[in-house]
Formats: sequence, structure tokens, C-alpha cells
Amino acid sequence: MRFLLTAVLAALPSWAMAQGTAGRDLAASCAQCHGTQGRSVSTEVAPLAGLSKEHIVSQMKAFKEGARPATVMHQLAKGYSDQQIEAIAGYFAAQKR
Amino acid sequence: MRRREFLKLSAALPLAGCATAGASRARVVVIGGGYGGATASKYIRMWDPAIEVVMVERADVFTSCPISNLVLGGNRSMQEIRHGYDGLRKRGVQVVRDEATAVDVAKKTVKLARGAELRYDRLIVSPAVDFLFDEVQGYEASQPTVLHAWKAGEQTIALRRQLEAMKDGGVYVLSIPVAPYRCPPGPYERACQVAHYFKRAKPRSKVLLLDANPDVTSKGPLFKRAWEELYKGMIEYRGNSKVVGVEAKSMAVRTDFDTIKGDVLNVVPPQRAGDIALKAGLITHNNRWCDVDWRTLESKAVKDVHVLGDATLSASGMPKSGHMANAHAKVCAAAVIELLSGRPPNPNPVMTNTCYSFVSDREVIHVASVHQYDAGQDTILPVKGAGGVSGARSEQEGAYGWSWARNIWADMLA
Repeated sequence: MRFLLTAVLAALPSWAMAQGTAGRDLAASCAQCHGTQGRSVSTEVAPLAGLSKEHIVSQMKAFKEGARPATVMHQLAKGYSDQQIEAIAGYFAAQKR
Repeated sequence: MRRREFLKLSAALPLAGCATAGASRARVVVIGGGYGGATASKYIRMWDPAIEVVMVERADVFTSCPISNLVLGGNRSMQEIRHGYDGLRKRGVQVVRDEATAVDVAKKTVKLARGAELRYDRLIVSPAVDFLFDEVQGYEASQPTVLHAWKAGEQTIALRRQLEAMKDGGVYVLSIPVAPYRCPPGPYERACQVAHYFKRAKPRSKVLLLDANPDVTSKGPLFKRAWEELYKGMIEYRGNSKVVGVEAKSMAVRTDFDTIKGDVLNVVPPQRAGDIALKAGLITHNNRWCDVDWRTLESKAVKDVHVLGDATLSASGMPKSGHMANAHAKVCAAAVIELLSGRPPNPNPVMTNTCYSFVSDREVIHVASVHQYDAGQDTILPVKGAGGVSGARSEQEGAYGWSWARNIWADMLA
């Protein structure tokens, strides 16, 4: 049973990649605060659409490690794996500003 | 005008039996235009415009529960929490102003109050909560004096009027039902907002919280600190104080131990999934909540029917919040698109929650969490080590809280 689960878990990223929707689905969980497809309607919260992938990954890492001070992002960043952060960053980088 | 609109709609919507079998586009019917239903409608159209989406909603505009406590406190207006459905229409969502009265799960149709019947391939039910009025003796008899204002709208306006009419030195009583209920931090935020108003307008008045739970259910230390530091002597909190009866004539509520008088009685009754969930046979637990598969939000009771938001049997650590309903809706939208195309849905969905509470007109505290699907346990669970609450209340988070509202409203409606 445990083996089976491990096998299933290992297969997940490839499923998502195959569908091409992994980044889209994950990034949708940022939209409540950062706007649909990363286009924030407020000035208080940074729009994510069109930022470079490297920048988003480095900032999420900084939040995760506590290097960048935050009110809430340090808590949320810890909820995502490095691979998930890559997928989110890739999605936002591909969006028009 | 209204009749003409209805006729136009009737012509535009193929009724059950009229649709050409097989040749028609896949159709999703969504019941409810709140945080869950509106978001699901938008995201399905955004991600797959080939799918027809019909959203059935009783009201002509959306009224937000989050931020509605600020209307009670006099810090925001009704106009600011009301938003129309034109953005959804522009995305091709067919918005039908009507009430779903029955679901035939065998025929896969939804019956509407004005007589129409809608065929669906998949149905999304986002019915919010309805109240268990019977659990508070005398509730119905004490209408319209005793309000809950736990659905934003007319009751929000009416409760604000009661607070404005109350004499200085009066007592505002707010009763909180046993968890789970809609918006765990909501009552404690409401106490802050009302106290904030009293402090300026009628400083000898008091807020009395009668909580059926043993202690503050969300952000406890942060709320208590705000009560102590911002509203000293104004807010009294009593835990383990379940209100079991109310009487408008004597303006009193009754717990198992006491009868307590007040000048404004705001009794929030216990809740369950909204009526249409009950009628459709979607309630699976405790006669109250709807269990779902967290990969798709599909009902565990009825095939091809999905349930979102407050109506669901909450997974571990998952609050009944607007933010969470929006997150449910996106996982559901993605899954529905895959399922209608005969593909397997994302087996590993992720959801977040961030609830901002305004402890004054400008200072805010939050609670946040991230939820990942756990295949081993067959449910969605909060990620350990992630999430948390504010270090302290702040105006910076006040700005973020209002920004959250603007962005989530646009995320569901624009």
C-alpha cells in the first residue's frame, strides 16, 4: 500500500505537466489577494503578472527562509514545495502585465 | 421590463427536453452567485469558453459578508460591499435571476421558482448556509426585532439602524453559536466594529458577547488584546454561554443559566448547508453539512453534483470563509473542465485561506493557512509549519485587508 502511494505521488508532477495546467491551478490560489492571473486591482499588493520567473522564485524563497520580512507571505510561502513555486512563477512570468 | 427580461431569458435558455441531444455544448449550471458560485462561473468560462455556464442567483447584485461588519461600525457603506454581475455576463456567464427550488438528480435538471427547468451536465451548488431557527426558542416570534445580520444585505442595514437608535449607556448583545458556523472570526470582529462606533458616538454603551463556545474560536489572543487596549471596559466576553431562547417583548435572551437583557439583541443562530442542498439530498453529516471529494468538490452523495463553500463538511483546519469558498470554486472549476472532457482531474489540488479582521477602522489582524491534498488520507489538510496569525494588529494589514476585498471581489466578479 505504502509503495503504491509513493508511486502515485511520484507520478503527480508528470500528470500536471502533461495537462499543462499545474502552474495555472496553483497560481489561482494567489489570485484572491494578487488578482486574477496576477493582475492586482489595488496598489497595495504587487501585481505578479509579467514578473520574471527567477524574481518570483527568489522572493518566495526569501519569504520561506525569513530573509524577506512580511506580514503574511512568510506563512503562505512555507505551504508550497520548491517545485510548486517554480510552476507558479512560470505561470505568472508568462502572463501579460 | 421584468417580464420582457424573463421572456428573453426563456428564449435564450434551452429548457430541459428542448436541447438537441448530443449536439449541444456541455452545460454547467451553478446555483448561487456568492464567493463560491460566482468564482466557479467565472473560472470555468475563463479556462474553457467552450463550456456553457448558467448561474442562478436570487439577488440582482452581490452583497459581501466580509467587510459588512465595517458597515455596522459605520466605517464602510453598503454601496462599497455591493457589486453587480455584469463582469460575469461579459465573460459569457448566463446570469439568471431566479431561485432554484428543486434538483432532479436522475433527470439532471434544476427547477426554478418561476417555472423554468434547466438541464445540466454538471451542477455546482454553492448555497451558503441557512439557519436552524428552531434551536433558539422564540426566534421566529421575535422578528423583526431580533436580527442575525449573518447574511449581508437588508439585515445589515436594519442592525445598523438599531445601533444608531440605541441610547447611550445601552447594551448590545451578540450571541455566537457552537462551531462550525460561517466566518469563525466574524463575531469577534463585529464586537470590535460595534465598540468602535460606541466609543465615538455613545461611549457609555457596552458590547456583551455570549459565546456558545468555551473560548474565542479564532485569533483569540489578538482579539482579546484589541478589546483590552482599544475598547477597555466596553466589551464583556462570556464563554460557554449558549443562547437557547429569545424574547423581543422583554428584550432578553436566555442561556441555560441566565436571562440577560439588552437594548439591541443580535442573535446568530446555528447553521447548516443552504436549503437547496437539503432538497437536493446533498447533506451527508449531522443533518447539516455536505461531504465532498476534495479533489473535485463533487458531492459524496450525488454524482455529477459539486458543492462549494460554507455548505461543505469542512476538512480539518478549514474555516467556512469567503476566501475558502473562492478556493473551493477554482479547484472545482478545473476539475469540472477535465471531467467534462473525459480526462482525470488534478489529483493534487492546493488551496489557501487568508481571513482579515478589522479590529478598528484601520487596524487589522489575519489568520492564514495553506491546504494540500493528501492522497494517503484521502482528504485535504493544512500544511504543517505553514500559515499562522499576525504578530500584532497593524494599519499595514489594514491596507492589505481592504486590498484583499477589492481583489477577491474582482477575482469572482470581473
